[in-house]
Amino acid sequence: MKIPELMLVNEIFRGLWTTFKSMFEKPVTIQYPEEKREPKPRFKGRHALKRYENGLEKCIGCALCAAACPSDAIFVEPAENTDKKRYSPGERYAVTYEINLLRCIYCGFCADACPTEAIVLEKIYELAYRDRNEAFFTKEKLLDPVSDPDLETPQTVEPGSFPRSIPLMKDPV
Amino acid sequence: MDWILVLEWVIKSIVLILFGLVGFAYTTYYERRALARIQTRIGPNRAGPFGLLQPVADGIKLIFNEELIPAKADRFLFLLAPVLTVLPSLIIWAVVPWGTSITLFGRDIPLYLADINVGVLYVMAVASIAVYGIVIAGWSSNSKYPLLGSLRSTAQIISYELSLGLAFVGPILLSDSMSMIQIVEKQQETYWFFILQPLGFVIFLLAVLAEVNRAPFDMPEAEQELVGGYHTEYSGMKFALFFMAEYIKMIAVSAIAATLFLGGYSGPFVDTLPWLGPIYLLLKIIILLFGMIWVRGTLPRFRYDRLMGFGWKIMLPAALINVFITAVVIVLLK
Repeated sequence: MKIPELMLVNEIFRGLWTTFKSMFEKPVTIQYPEEKREPKPRFKGRHALKRYENGLEKCIGCALCAAACPSDAIFVEPAENTDKKRYSPGERYAVTYEINLLRCIYCGFCADACPTEAIVLEKIYELAYRDRNEAFFTKEKLLDPVSDPDLETPQTVEPGSFPRSIPLMKDPV
Repeated sequence: MDWILVLEWVIKSIVLILFGLVGFAYTTYYERRALARIQTRIGPNRAGPFGLLQPVADGIKLIFNEELIPAKADRFLFLLAPVLTVLPSLIIWAVVPWGTSITLFGRDIPLYLADINVGVLYVMAVASIAVYGIVIAGWSSNSKYPLLGSLRSTAQIISYELSLGLAFVGPILLSDSMSMIQIVEKQQETYWFFILQPLGFVIFLLAVLAEVNRAPFDMPEAEQELVGGYHTEYSGMKFALFFMAEYIKMIAVSAIAATLFLGGYSGPFVDTLPWLGPIYLLLKIIILLFGMIWVRGTLPRFRYDRLMGFGWKIMLPAALINVFITAVVIVLLK
């Protein structure tokens, strides 16, 4: 037998020792449904529509997100706010807001395009559907819940309290 | 021959076959758990407590798999091949002694099915029949990868059969018998034969790995080159039979290795408590199975020409030298 082949035998035993040692290490497995790994800070998951602290929706229905979307997954239909029925502090609000998550590529361009930071990509990654229709996320599913039921939109406000068509980025009240 | 004796044989055969089938199921579980530990994973732990029902789930899945027969396959041989592969691995068990004898219902029941005086030869002969199943499977599939896999398998098994046969010769010479029982009894009197036959033991283990197509000698089913090797075209229960044959043979060769080299059913207190025999043998089988799994979890597959070179240029001469030295020493000591 040549010398390199004799060294191969030595390497085999080294390998066996390595695997034997690894048997006593802690398993790296994460037992998924019970244990969940925290997503990375810049993880981009499912979208959410945000609200201001006073309960008004940040979305002003400008549809810039739909324009920015490279896969045409977003559909926005705006409507006028009135002081009797006020959804957002701006001139308009989104009466329909739909994201087709089967088309969405989670690029985050919608969040970049949004002038009021209304739409953001959350860290939600458990997006399994039993039905294709469940992949259409409507405004009801996307909108963050209100902290207090009194703040539910539409709100009735004093006339003239929201004069701007595009609200300032900070909390408008 | 009274009918009770026949009944006893039938019961023992059924118990052995059931042991083979349950053993097969739980060897897959054992292997998956052990491999997972080697790779610092956990392994199947969902089906039932500690994943113990995983083999059952796998079995049910295989039963409901679609049975596919290729259009241009030779139907008869295609169906025959898995049966031919699995049968030898079951009938090997006939000569493996599990202990001396126990008394049940006022009868003295020996803990083996048959003590034939050519037990070792029987094992050799039966173990090699399985290669027919593999060759037929490869040929009757009428497909290139199975054919290549089965040709490799034939070449490999024939090459390693020689070293395996010569490794058997050591214990036969030492115990002056081919009966498995007498080989074990001789080991009880003297030492376990792996002490007297270290080279023979190593050759036996290596040859056996090649014989049952286990890594690193799993050439016939080299996934990366041959898809699934000889069982590429098989699915469902027919595939399960090949799978079963491989695992039952793993257990069987572990049992034979334990019997020939590790004292078989012998161990402390086995003379007074004969029911300890099966427990000792089972323990030895489990340890040897762990060895096979450990090697699989460590070593990559050999290159094919290296495998043949190793078999013919190293294993065979080493086995011959081992037999020669053993014979000379025995003659000199007489």
